[in-house]
Amino acid sequence: MYVIFLLIGISLIVAIGFLGAFFWAVRSGQYDDDYTPSVRILFEDKQTKNDKS
Amino acid sequence: MTGIPEASSKNYCYHCGEDCEGNELHFDDKVFCCTGCQTVYEILKGNDMCTFYDLDEVAVGLTQKGKTGKFYAFLDEPEVVQKLVEFTDGERTRVNLHLPGVHCSSCIWLLENLHRLDEGVLQSKVNFLQKELDITFREGTTTLRKIVELLDRLGYAPAIQLDSLDRPEKKVVDRKFLYKLGIAGFAFGNVMLLSFPEYLGLDETVDHAYYYWFGYLNILISLPVLLYSARDYVVSAWEGLKLGQLNLDVPITLGIVTLFGRSVYDILSETGAGYLDSLTGLVFFLLTGKWFQQATYFNISFDRDYKSYFPIAATRLGKQDEEQAVTLDKLEVGDRILVRSNELIPADGTLVGGKGSIDYSFVSGEAVPVDRKVGDYIYAGGRQMGETIQLVITRRVSQSYLTQLWNDEAFTKRRELQASGLADRVSKYFTLVILGIAVAALMYWGSKDIDKAINAFTSVLIIACPCAVALSIPFTFGNVLRLLGNQQFFLKNTAVIEALAKIDTIVFDKTGTLTISGNTGVIYSGEDLSELEKSYVAALAGMSNHPVSRALSSWLTGVTKYSGLEDFGEFAGKGIRARVGDQVLRIGSVAFFREEGLAVSGVEGTLLGIGDEVKGSFQVINAYRVGLEEVVRYFRDKGELYLLSGDNDGEAERLRPLFGGDRFLKFNQSPVDKLEFVKQLQEDGRQVLMIGDGLNDAGALQQSAVGLVVTEDANNFTPASDGVLKADRFRLLPAFLEFSRKSIFLVYWAYGLAFIYNMIGLSYAVQGELSPVIAAILMPLSSVTIVVFGLLSSTALARRSEIDKSHP
Repeated sequence: MYVIFLLIGISLIVAIGFLGAFFWAVRSGQYDDDYTPSVRILFEDKQTKNDKS
Repeated sequence: MTGIPEASSKNYCYHCGEDCEGNELHFDDKVFCCTGCQTVYEILKGNDMCTFYDLDEVAVGLTQKGKTGKFYAFLDEPEVVQKLVEFTDGERTRVNLHLPGVHCSSCIWLLENLHRLDEGVLQSKVNFLQKELDITFREGTTTLRKIVELLDRLGYAPAIQLDSLDRPEKKVVDRKFLYKLGIAGFAFGNVMLLSFPEYLGLDETVDHAYYYWFGYLNILISLPVLLYSARDYVVSAWEGLKLGQLNLDVPITLGIVTLFGRSVYDILSETGAGYLDSLTGLVFFLLTGKWFQQATYFNISFDRDYKSYFPIAATRLGKQDEEQAVTLDKLEVGDRILVRSNELIPADGTLVGGKGSIDYSFVSGEAVPVDRKVGDYIYAGGRQMGETIQLVITRRVSQSYLTQLWNDEAFTKRRELQASGLADRVSKYFTLVILGIAVAALMYWGSKDIDKAINAFTSVLIIACPCAVALSIPFTFGNVLRLLGNQQFFLKNTAVIEALAKIDTIVFDKTGTLTISGNTGVIYSGEDLSELEKSYVAALAGMSNHPVSRALSSWLTGVTKYSGLEDFGEFAGKGIRARVGDQVLRIGSVAFFREEGLAVSGVEGTLLGIGDEVKGSFQVINAYRVGLEEVVRYFRDKGELYLLSGDNDGEAERLRPLFGGDRFLKFNQSPVDKLEFVKQLQEDGRQVLMIGDGLNDAGALQQSAVGLVVTEDANNFTPASDGVLKADRFRLLPAFLEFSRKSIFLVYWAYGLAFIYNMIGLSYAVQGELSPVIAAILMPLSSVTIVVFGLLSSTALARRSEIDKSHP
């Protein structure tokens, strides 16, 4: 039964990892605008061909 | 040139997609409605950016029609620039601009490819919902002014108003709230996981050591929930208590603190598993409710004051007539300023040069521009329509006739808006009753079994925690806000729904609210006009920008303009004249016709003369909104109805039967009059709903219990209000209000459900038999029931009220 300590330890670490990932996502601004990226991803990326700079 | 040219088939502009109405320009085998749209096309084509037109959505509405080149010289002033930019290190500058024109995915594409149009732009990023553009550019290669002018040319004129000076820091989305929600969700899930032994009744079989070790872990996980996630509730409860109020957060905090205290005691004393799963679940549900309730409309601001209407800068003239851009807050009495065509008059002043023709339609509701000559006094807020004029300022911007309205106490006292009166009223009794039951249980058991007494006392406080009461308003009303928002009726927050239910007096503004601003009808009386004569009139009226001419033009939409007019002349304040062959066409006042040497008798209004003959006269009337009669009838059934108009009583005849008598019609009302009128009604104990549109209603809107604004375009300036209604949904107003009134009853029903759950829970609690498992089942179950009931019932009610079917 002692294995349960190990399992709980691992499960908590995994869960804390996801909580950390959530914090990172919020901090990096991913939740500031949850609409525009969904449109942006659909644009053709022609910049490499036409970029003048 | 004889006769009428062939009526053209309908052509739609290649750039903006609008009907060209017979003025099409041909360029590059494509049709454009105006030179503005053609210019944008040329810019895009020249930069190999025609992808814009291949995107799914054509940029409909991005029309350049009737565009006026704005003047952005003030963006060269370092002082102004410094207030607008967010960050600069001398090389790179970042600025955040609000672009009301953003409306489709093509806009995003175009704006994010700005670097192809202006080399200096390093990066541009659109926030679609907030209609904002974040630009980083290289100093020296380009300037803020150049970028803004480019945006203006493309049709995305940024809104740079006086209030940009006040808030240089960017408003960020409330990230703290997301952290709180995240922590609560994390704790809820994990505490439940660690509580499995308890749920499954494993405490007998598993070694005691593990069992309590889980308990300690639970305490550790729950601590951040208590100290961080639930902080707002505790703080709000404490502040309420300090003011002697029992708001809804008091019983919630009581429940949370008791839950935690009791659980820690049970776990440390090894007498039980604690109720930490219920605690974290409760906080998580509460925060979810709060999150759902924040049905914010990013692009609509409910708090705008005159500062977001006025421009940021004016052109001041120095001693030697040199022009200098200066921010409005720097304008002093005695300064001489230049106001160009289509610019706003920033402050009260005396006209010292040029001929004023000032459009006050947004301020006073007056549809026709007023003419002013040198020496006349001019009030701020109007828009100069003719030539460039010069003013000498006589009052500072904040002290002007219009803006001093904001010095009224109605604007200074901050209204408590977020708090829900309904929930707080309920919670007052709720708290007292629960405390009563808890104390009664304590007394009953106290004499027999002190442990059981404490157990019962805390159990009552735990199980009665008004989670369901706290959730029903956010979810029910939050959903109502969304459903109404889908129909272009935007309410500021859920408290407005409660306030709407109590309304017994309704006050309407006239121009722009009941009538369609800019859209006027024309009544013609006189000899019938032939098609040819109509085409003369359309052509002549189309050459002038006077409101009567514009009304005639829109009245004659569809009539092809005659293209052979010569010798056009406009006589300000009198009329217009042109020649067709050997005949003279005239449209103008009676006085104008007499001056021209024509005999006129027995006619009024604007006359039409062809040759030496007066054909007839036009009368411009306001066009009322569709559904006006139904709306007015609905409100007359609900309470007293008043009309306040800044206009003269010219239309009293038409309005009297609708409103039921002269007592209810007030004309020639100044903005302050309107405010005072609402105050008076309130002193008689009335709950006033004000429906207006313009700056002149701002005071009344602020003073009344609920102020609604009717607007043609929700992105345009609207004065501070509690709700914004898109004008084309005006006829649905009764349905919307009936829907929000009825939704209150849904909350009562939810309270009834919560009461049943509470009764079940309390019956365990008073006996001191509330086990953690029962609490862990009962509390989330009641919360979920309330949430589901709130969402489903409000959606069903919307369907029954035909809110969602009324889509045009």
